[in-house]
Amino acid sequence: MVYKIDAERDRQFIEEFRSQPIGHHSPGLQRVLNILRHDPTGYQVILICKVPFAEWVLGTMPPSRLDGPIAIEEDRIFTSREEAEWEVFRRRWRQHTGEDINLPYRD
Amino acid sequence: MLKIVGYPDRYSVAPGEKIAFKVSLEEGTHFEARLVRVIHGDCNPEGPGLKFKHIPSGADGRYPGKPQRIDAGSYMVAENFPALASEPFTFFAMIWPTLLRRREQTLLAQWDAKSSSGFRIEVLDGGELAVTFGDGSGKLAILKSGRKMLERQWYAVAVSVDPKSGAVTLGQRPIQPYAQIDDRAQASGKLTLSPKAVEVPLMLAGCPESDGTIGRHFDGKIDGPLLLAGLHPAGRHDEYLRPVVDPSLLASIIARWDFAREIRTTRVIDIGPSGRHGRIVHLPARGMKGWNWTGEEHSWLRKPEQYGAIHFHSDDIYDAAWETSVEFTIPEDIKSGPYALHVWSGETDRDATREQYLAFFVRPPRDRKARRNRPKVLVLASTASYIAYANHGEHITARGAERQMARLLQFGHTDLYMYDHPELGGSLYDCHADGSGVCYSSRLRPNLNYSPQYHSWLGGHGSGLYQYNADTHLYDWLDHHGVDYDVITDEDLHEDGYELLRDYRVLVTGTHPEYHSTPMWDAVKAWVDRGGRLMYMGGNGWYWRIAYHDELPGVIEVRRAEDGIRTWVAEPGEYYHSFTGEYGGLWRRVGRAPNVICGVGFIAQGFDISSYYRRAPDADNPRAAFIFEGVPDEIIGNFGLIGGAAAGIELDCITTNLGSPPNMLRLASSENHNSMMMLVNEEFTVVPPNLGGDQNERVRADLAFGETPSGGAFFATSSIAWCGSLSHNGYDNNVSKITWNVLKRFAEPEPFTSAF
Repeated sequence: MVYKIDAERDRQFIEEFRSQPIGHHSPGLQRVLNILRHDPTGYQVILICKVPFAEWVLGTMPPSRLDGPIAIEEDRIFTSREEAEWEVFRRRWRQHTGEDINLPYRD
Repeated sequence: MLKIVGYPDRYSVAPGEKIAFKVSLEEGTHFEARLVRVIHGDCNPEGPGLKFKHIPSGADGRYPGKPQRIDAGSYMVAENFPALASEPFTFFAMIWPTLLRRREQTLLAQWDAKSSSGFRIEVLDGGELAVTFGDGSGKLAILKSGRKMLERQWYAVAVSVDPKSGAVTLGQRPIQPYAQIDDRAQASGKLTLSPKAVEVPLMLAGCPESDGTIGRHFDGKIDGPLLLAGLHPAGRHDEYLRPVVDPSLLASIIARWDFAREIRTTRVIDIGPSGRHGRIVHLPARGMKGWNWTGEEHSWLRKPEQYGAIHFHSDDIYDAAWETSVEFTIPEDIKSGPYALHVWSGETDRDATREQYLAFFVRPPRDRKARRNRPKVLVLASTASYIAYANHGEHITARGAERQMARLLQFGHTDLYMYDHPELGGSLYDCHADGSGVCYSSRLRPNLNYSPQYHSWLGGHGSGLYQYNADTHLYDWLDHHGVDYDVITDEDLHEDGYELLRDYRVLVTGTHPEYHSTPMWDAVKAWVDRGGRLMYMGGNGWYWRIAYHDELPGVIEVRRAEDGIRTWVAEPGEYYHSFTGEYGGLWRRVGRAPNVICGVGFIAQGFDISSYYRRAPDADNPRAAFIFEGVPDEIIGNFGLIGGAAAGIELDCITTNLGSPPNMLRLASSENHNSMMMLVNEEFTVVPPNLGGDQNERVRADLAFGETPSGGAFFATSSIAWCGSLSHNGYDNNVSKITWNVLKRFAEPEPFTSAF
C-alpha cells in the first residue's frame, strides 16, 4: 500500500517546504513530495517560463501531447520558481487532504 | 513559442570550408543573420550573462525565409517497380504491430496519391489486415479481415489479389495463439472496383499522400516480405520459410526482400531473381530480431537468419532535408572555437522567441601540414552527447520526471515548441510513439537543446544548463583567462582518430562527455598512453558506447543494453549495434569502464541541488602541490550556477577495481548531498534502502589526479556542475584557481614523474 498523506501527521512538513521548496528535505517531507508529485490521471502541472529568470506561469499538460495543447494559466504570474512551487504544493495538499493552506509564500 | 528555428548541415567546419544553414521562419518573410563566436550562453543574472562576439563574415545579411516542415516516418521504397496490379499477385510477410491505435497503417503499397489509384495492403481500424483499391475515379474499395491483431505479437499475413476481378483473400494468423483471443482471420471478397496498375515506386511501411508527403506509416516490425506472381493460399507461406524452398515455388517470386542482408546500410536486398532492391528512408531500426528468434544467439552477425526484421516507426527521422537558407565560407583566418549563426526575425517577447543561435564549431585545418603552430590546448566538444540528447523530451512524455528533478518541470519557449512538434524526433532518451526506444539520433534536424540560451528542465537549480549550454561556462572561463585553444568535435575525433590529437599537450572535455564510439575511445586512450594530459571537466563521461553509420553522416546509434541508467531498455537479443555489429550498451560492460580512460567513473546522479567538496588528505601530497597552489581552503566549490555548488548533477569517483589507476590521488570529495542524489544502478546488485546521498557514504564526487607511465596525467573534476562554479566572484574562487593551476601545468612540456 502506497503511503497516504495524513494531514495531522504531515502538517509538520508544510513549513519546511515553504522555507525551502528546492533543496535539502527531511525524509518525511521527501515522502510527502514523492506522493504529491504523482498524478495518476497522467495530467502534469508544469512551470512555464515567460521571461527567463523573471516571470513564470503554471500550465497543465494532458496525459499525451496527442490529447491536445498545454493549458496555460496566463493570469497568475510568479516572479520566482520557489513561489510557483509553493502554489503547486498548496493545490496538491488540498487535493490530497481537503485542507487549504492559507499561507503566502513569504509573510 | 519559437518563430525561427534551424540547423547547420554540419557541426564541425574547418577554416575556408563552406557551411550551410537550414532555417524555418514561422512568421514574416525575412530574417537577419550574422556569425558570432559563442563565449557564454547562460543568461542567469547571477552569472556573467550572455556573451557573443560578432565575427564579420559573408554570412552577415538579410535573407528570405519561409516555414519548412519535417516529413517524419520511416519506410522502404523500391524504385522502378513494375505495376504490380497488372496481374494477380500474393503478398506474404511476418509482422509485429506496435501501435494499433493509429488507425491507418500501410504494410505494402503501390499508390499514386494524385489520382488515388493503385493498391494498399494495410492495417486499419485498430488492427485489421486490409486491402484498399483505387481506380483513379476517386472511389475506393476496401476489404478488412474483421479481426483485430494484438500489439507486439507476430502474425503471418497473406494477401492475394486478382486485379481484374477485384477478388481479394486476406489471411491473418497469429504465430502464438492464446486462449480467448480472437485474432485469427481469413476473409475473402470481390471488391467493387479494380486497382489501377500504376508504375510508381513500391513502398513498405509508408504510402504517398496527396500533399506530397509520405504518410500512413506502419509502426512495428516487418520480417521477410515476399511478393509472388499469381494467387497463392495463405498456407503456402510456410513453404517459403523453409531453409530450402521447393524449386517449383521459386518461379513465382517477384521480389523477396531479406532485411538481414546489409544491415549496416540503408539498402534492402531483394534475393529474388529480379534484384528489385529497395532502400530505407529515415532509418527504421535494423538488426532487429525477427519472428523466428530463438534466444540462442544475440548477435545478428552470427545468426542473421533470425534478424530478418526491420522496426519501422511513424516518428523516425534522419534528415529533415530542409532547403538551405544561408550558406557561406568560414574565413580562413578565424580562430578555432565555438561559433553560431545568430538568426533573428524580430523582437522576442513573453510569448515568442524570434532569434536562435545555430551552434557549430570551427576545427583546426584538416591537413596536418597546415596545423603547424597550433595551441597546445585542445577542447573536445561533446557533439555525440549533444546529438544523443537532441530534443530530449522526457519532460513532455515521462510522468516521473518531476519527481526525479525534485522540482517543477520548467518549459521555456523552446520546450513549448518541442511539445507542438513531435516530428522533430526524439533523443536517445526518448521513446517512439509506440513505446520502443529511440536508438538512432541525427544532427540533420533542428536540435533545440543544442543552443546558447537554452535552459534545460534537468540542468540543476539555478542556471538549469545541461550539455552544450553548460559547456559555455567552460568556454567563457577559457576566454576570461585568454587561453589559446583549438576545438574538435566528437565526430572529428571519430573520423580522424589519434592523428588529430597527437600534436596537442592537453585535452579538455566538456561537462558531460557521455557518448563515445570505439574509434573515439581508442584515439583518446592511445593519446593518453603516449603522454597526453587529460582534463576531464565533467561527470558521467565515457559511459555509453555508440556507433556512427558507415555511409550516413551525422547519426549515432545506442543500444540501451543490460545495465546502466536507462530511460528505456533494449529488447533482449537487440544489444548489438546495427551500424557496426558491435555489442552496445555501457563501455563498462565490455571491460572499458570510464575509470580506465579518465581515472574515475560514474557513481551517483541527482538533478536539483549541488554540494561542495571537502579537501582530502591526498591534497597535501607533494605530487598535488601544483594543483593547490594558492588554494589553502578546506571547502571547495560551495558556490555556483548549477545547483548552487560545484559537485552536482552527475558524479564520479575513484574505483580501483573498475580500472582507476592505483596511483590516483583523491584530492577532495564532495559531501552533504541530499536524498535526491542517488547511487546509480550499475553500482549495486541488491537494491539498498539507502540510495540517497543523505544516507549513502558512496555518493560523492572525487576530485582526482594521477600521472601516467608515459609522463602524462589525468585530472578529473568528477562533476557535471564543476564548470558552473568557474565564474563565481569574478572568476576569483577556488574552483577556478584549481582548474587554472592544472591547465597551466598540463600545458607545460615537462613530463610528469612516472616513477618513484
